[in-house]
Amino acid sequence: MDGESDDDSIFDNENVDSGNVSSDGDDFAMEIESNISKERQSEPEDYPFEVLTTDQIVQHMIDSIREVTAVVEIPGTIARILLNHFKWDKEKLMERYYDDDQDSFFREAHVINPFNKPINITKPKLKISGTEECEICFQFFQPNLMTGLKCGHKFCISCWGEYLTTKIMEEGLGQSIACAAHGCDILVDDVTVMNLVPDARVKLKYQHLITNSFVECNRLLRWCPSADCTYAIKVMHVESRPVVCKCGHIFCFECGENWHDPVQCRLLKKWMKKCADDSETSTWIAANTKECPKCNVTIEKDGGCNHMICKNQNCKHDFCWVCLGSWQPHGSSWYNCNRYDEDEARAARDAQEKMRFSLARYLHYYNRYMNHMQSLRFENKLYAAIKAKMEEMQQHNMSWIEVQFLKKAVDILCQCRQTLMYTYVFAYYLRKNNQSLIFEDNQRDLETATEKLSEYLERDITSENLADIKQKVQDKYRYCEKRRNVLLVHVHEGYEKDCWDYTE
Amino acid sequence: MAALSRRIIKETVRLLQEPVPGISAVPDENNARYFHVIVTGPSDSPFEGGLFKLELFLPEDYPMSAPKVRFITKIYHPNIDRLGRICLDILKDKWSPALQIRTVLLSIQALLSAPNPDDPLANDVAELWKVSESEAIKNAKEWTQRYAMGN
Repeated sequence: MDGESDDDSIFDNENVDSGNVSSDGDDFAMEIESNISKERQSEPEDYPFEVLTTDQIVQHMIDSIREVTAVVEIPGTIARILLNHFKWDKEKLMERYYDDDQDSFFREAHVINPFNKPINITKPKLKISGTEECEICFQFFQPNLMTGLKCGHKFCISCWGEYLTTKIMEEGLGQSIACAAHGCDILVDDVTVMNLVPDARVKLKYQHLITNSFVECNRLLRWCPSADCTYAIKVMHVESRPVVCKCGHIFCFECGENWHDPVQCRLLKKWMKKCADDSETSTWIAANTKECPKCNVTIEKDGGCNHMICKNQNCKHDFCWVCLGSWQPHGSSWYNCNRYDEDEARAARDAQEKMRFSLARYLHYYNRYMNHMQSLRFENKLYAAIKAKMEEMQQHNMSWIEVQFLKKAVDILCQCRQTLMYTYVFAYYLRKNNQSLIFEDNQRDLETATEKLSEYLERDITSENLADIKQKVQDKYRYCEKRRNVLLVHVHEGYEKDCWDYTE
Repeated sequence: MAALSRRIIKETVRLLQEPVPGISAVPDENNARYFHVIVTGPSDSPFEGGLFKLELFLPEDYPMSAPKVRFITKIYHPNIDRLGRICLDILKDKWSPALQIRTVLLSIQALLSAPNPDDPLANDVAELWKVSESEAIKNAKEWTQRYAMGN
């Protein structure tokens, strides 16, 4: 482990562990810049944000604490508990501090009012020649070896250490560890934790937990959701906008999902839940199967006659697939099933139709959504192929800067695929109207353009006339860019003019 | 097994020297972390006159984590389920290492005096306790008679 320190407070600690930040951040910087400039074409307004390293997050936390302690004269370690209680809303903290009765203000945040005189608990304790008994290990100590918070409950140093270690390592508690005494809800502050925990590994975990709760409680901060990334994004106000992490990951600040324009966070969330749920499996079951009317086992009919004999060996019920009635009255003329047109049977048939239709509709959008998602994954391979091609071109008297158009083409291809993917989520929930027809036309145009670019990049680039290629590729990706922009602008206009109706 | 901590030894000695009225807790002769417990039903409760057997086990990291306690004698109580598991905050999130076997058992005895049907473990029992307390108390008395007396 690196970055350990014996400092008292985690805030004075210059060495705070910054996690496994990758050092190859610079390689990505250029891509990010180009991405930002592209996003801005469709997002004319500015959405400022900052990418923070773990060290900067800690610094940000320290700054927030200092802003409070500069006004209210309380120890920083108590200010942090208070800020955490108010979800890092400084204004709210100040307001409540000056409005409320101070005792209840501190009590609600589970700290002892630092302006009060220390409490002396007059609980009769077993004492042997000036020593005190620790209520946890039952051993006797000199008073200077007993310690505790301002609430006055004292335990020996080693029991405190063990107690805090259990809370941190076993229960994963950071900012909400209460005093070890029964029924006492006063919170343990950072300085006390850092003083009493002996193991550097535990201290480090504690720092992580505190930093994590700082980011998670703070509305204006969000961890980059990319795997193993330790950066966080800081914004001025929360909005559904794309932010770009230093690791290269682009995501929506509001919901943390991949940037999902044109669909909105709410519908995307609904869609993802729908796709993850087994509910769709059950829709399929409802559309394609029936239950044996006797033993209720689920049956899929895969052809053959309508005389069903349940395969459940304990059941073996004979029934008619069409009307689900017992087979016996059907006799030999099952195809004239006289119950077929009864109202009940018709209702059942209608219900099944409807179910089939909604399943078919869902699968239509789902398949296209998944198809673009999978293609997007394959484009990673394309990056490798294109890189080889770019090297080859450079050996043919083209300069490095001249061959960059190929990488740009793949970048745009990926963007288009991602946009297309989310257009199907948008379309699934969209109710038909004039605007939705225009949207579908735009979607089709973008899809056609994207597939052409994809096909050209994958198949048509040969070693001959490399200079020719450049013009063709640039034409194709510029057209894609244009189509993508048209589609997004149209959807955004629709949001502004409120002309999208949803099916749910 | 981990060496028995000084705390467990002291606690056991004190429990045997100054027993809690109405409660006996004796360590198993083969396992000093396992206690055979008998709690007498509190007077003025439907459990009056009953002797309830419990088992109490001190886990490896006791006292940092709570002892595990279970009723062995069947009991009709909204916070104790059919398997004898007890719904009591100090055995879960409100555990403090400053609590002891003694205080845990006292709390369980208090739970018998004051059932809490709003925080139930045995739903059917809690339901009846809320709808018709007199009938629930009658059941509890019957169960006490049937399972907690005589042996």
